[in-house]
Amino acid sequence: MSQTEHGAAVNRGNRPLSPHLQVYKPQITSVMSIFHRVTGVGNSIGAILVAIWFISAAIGAGPFDTVNGLLTSWVGHLILFGFALSVCYHLCNGIRHLLWDAGYGFELDQVKTTGIVAVSAAGLMFLGLMIVGWMN
Amino acid sequence: MTMMTSRARVRGLGSAKSGTEHWWTQRLSAISLAVLAPLFFIPFAIALGKPWDEVVTIYKHPFNAIVAAAFLLAVFHHMRLGLQVVIEDYIHAPALRTGLLIFVKLGSLLLGFAAAFSVAMIAFAV
Repeated sequence: MSQTEHGAAVNRGNRPLSPHLQVYKPQITSVMSIFHRVTGVGNSIGAILVAIWFISAAIGAGPFDTVNGLLTSWVGHLILFGFALSVCYHLCNGIRHLLWDAGYGFELDQVKTTGIVAVSAAGLMFLGLMIVGWMN
Repeated sequence: MTMMTSRARVRGLGSAKSGTEHWWTQRLSAISLAVLAPLFFIPFAIALGKPWDEVVTIYKHPFNAIVAAAFLLAVFHHMRLGLQVVIEDYIHAPALRTGLLIFVKLGSLLLGFAAAFSVAMIAFAV
């Protein structure tokens, strides 16, 4: 007996569960979809850090130095590195999603091509962001 | 029988009493962010790691300040909608699910306004 989300008991018997993620061979379609969600959640953490950074700057130089010190430590750099990767991917693949929403690119070969384009564009965007960040 | 067409009933008044609004506002914020993100992240990447007075100088520029405030409001709206879907998909315990949904909605509203207000403070006051 298992429970539904409303708490009512349901007799599932010994019927098998439908196959789930782990039984399927990873494909560009499924992997990119999963990463879109993962990077979305990752971006939320980054957004909170960005908000804290702005709030500390508005309070004054003292609190800002504390936050800035944490973000420029090696752990901070590691987090920012991951955040930048995550943002670039979510942005490029997000544009791919918007094209689907508009009704374009549903053929399998198009799905593969736009997937490769999105990942490549994300990589270039990440490199560009790193160059801007490091040069200044 | 109502005198409404099927489409009129669906628009904004589905079974969830919100129709396609969640889907639509998520796309609207996505389009805004696709434009705002590059404009935000270039000055942000330049400012990050710089001392406080230089950061303040960058965000006293009206263009950077307006972009940053608009970006932060759009981000926290988009984030709320996205996290809501993730919670609805994976969290099945009713109390935890409702609690998390309330936390995410109120938390993202608060942080979004606080961050955008902070940009305004930097631009006008600090």
